[in-house]
Amino acid sequence: MPVEIDIAHVARLARLGLTETELEHYQDQLSVILDHAARVQELEGEPEVNVTHPLGLVNAFRPDEVRPSLDREEVLQRAPETRDGFFVVPPALEL
Amino acid sequence: MDIIPIAKAAELLRDGSLTATDLLERVLKVAADTEAQIHAYLTIDRTGAFEAAAQADSELASGVDRGPLHGIPVAVKDNMATRGLETTASSQILSGYVPPYDATVVTRLREGGAVIVGKTNLDEFAMGSSTENSAYGPTYNPWDITRIPGGSSGGSAAAVATGSALVGLGSDTGGSIRQPASLTGVVGMKPTYGTVSRYGLIAFASSLDQIGPLSLTVLDSALTLQAIWGHDPLDATSYRGEYPDPVAGIGHGVEGLRVGVVKELAGEGYEPDVDEYVSSMVEQLRAAGAGVVEVSLPTFDIALSAYYLIAPAECSANLARFDGIRYGLREAGDTTEEMMSRTRAAGFGPEVTRRILLGTYALSAGYYDAFYGQAQRVRSAIREDFARAYGQVDVLVSPTSPTVAFKAGERTKDPLAMYLSDICTIPCNLSGDPAISVPIGLDSQGLPIGFQVMAPALGEPMMYRVAAAVEQLAGFDARPELELVAT
Repeated sequence: MPVEIDIAHVARLARLGLTETELEHYQDQLSVILDHAARVQELEGEPEVNVTHPLGLVNAFRPDEVRPSLDREEVLQRAPETRDGFFVVPPALEL
Repeated sequence: MDIIPIAKAAELLRDGSLTATDLLERVLKVAADTEAQIHAYLTIDRTGAFEAAAQADSELASGVDRGPLHGIPVAVKDNMATRGLETTASSQILSGYVPPYDATVVTRLREGGAVIVGKTNLDEFAMGSSTENSAYGPTYNPWDITRIPGGSSGGSAAAVATGSALVGLGSDTGGSIRQPASLTGVVGMKPTYGTVSRYGLIAFASSLDQIGPLSLTVLDSALTLQAIWGHDPLDATSYRGEYPDPVAGIGHGVEGLRVGVVKELAGEGYEPDVDEYVSSMVEQLRAAGAGVVEVSLPTFDIALSAYYLIAPAECSANLARFDGIRYGLREAGDTTEEMMSRTRAAGFGPEVTRRILLGTYALSAGYYDAFYGQAQRVRSAIREDFARAYGQVDVLVSPTSPTVAFKAGERTKDPLAMYLSDICTIPCNLSGDPAISVPIGLDSQGLPIGFQVMAPALGEPMMYRVAAAVEQLAGFDARPELELVAT
């Protein structure tokens, strides 16, 4: 199966700001890896997909009890920029 | 001091001939003598470790006994959160990050009286098979410092092999505990998925990641597992049922057990010395009374292909959290998207970038079914192959790695060659079953060879039973010739 990769589109989806040279380099490498990965097509038959928890777990519920969370100040200290108890980011929308 | 197993250290700590503080001083001396060559650690926490050792000593003196890890120096892979101690996952994007909480395994180590020596090197975000993909420089193999120790838990493996810790914790997504154990001549074990909490483990591929021990002996491995596993409400995939006793089978031999030799994990691509040692061990198991049969698991031939779609797909989703907002690196940008794109390009190394791109592609519109969907079908078929095999045999065996430790730099330019390092270990991650690597000898160049024992889910007692027999039959007691201790 020939593998077509629009590497610039993929990098954009992944929020990776790569240079043209880097994009070409990764495109070449991904082609080689995907050629190998395409061997998944060699599987014979169409087995039912069963990729559940190996020990058969379905859902994990716990009592809805109040318990301490991480300290807000301690968490915010680790952020690149904060103000008034909030994380600060550059504009996300153009106004 | 000779390097001693934790089971032996535990005796000495209790008969008063050794203190936890002495033991810590000795491993720190080994670290001081070897770290310039080996670079197993990213951070050594002298202050915290001496405090923990002093507490372990005063508790033992007053009759408080926290079990097999009490007073034992442990190395923790740097992708497990340690409160107050820098945790980087070997990535620039987390440079300087100090977690505000402990991973559950770290809590269990502390509750068990263990002394955390420091944080060990890994391939960035545990992606790699050589510990060369670390933003802070590679780790080297104590058996030959021109070679790599395997990966991604190469730092913990090298620490145990050199004696700068008595036991280490690693994480295993496609072989990252077992392959470095094999390449450094120590025991490395990946438990059944869901039995060791992943809370506080920096996620790579959540359906595959599992924390486990690296140790000098099989018994040490079982004792460490016993201390760290168990249900954790903070991990939604944590197993809630009964846990077997991992130590129970050790010493019971293999008479009457059925051992399956995996047909697909031998032959072309395997070093002759590796094949020869593995075949010889199989014969010894037969001579010791095991029934040995060859078992074919045809889907193993395409397991690697499925893994390199599933693991990157999960990685691309998990690593989306590194966005320059809440913690870690931030590169300036005029918009949020520009800031994120610049931060991630600057913060992730080449292998992590490659896998994020690969995973994003495999999940993207138009390719999802051909790649990710088909990989999930292969994963299901692998499970069916395992189920069929375990209908005939108690355990499956194979080499842990097709080769011994390779030269530093040998595979860094060829990602696919690096990926092939994990061909024997990946199937058990895809199935979720436990597996262990036990050292069985040295090849003609003096490099360690590992033997893998696989068992069905929650089959740890059987796996350890066979592993202990393998250990005894192999009688492997060689140590690296690096000058270790100058006491």
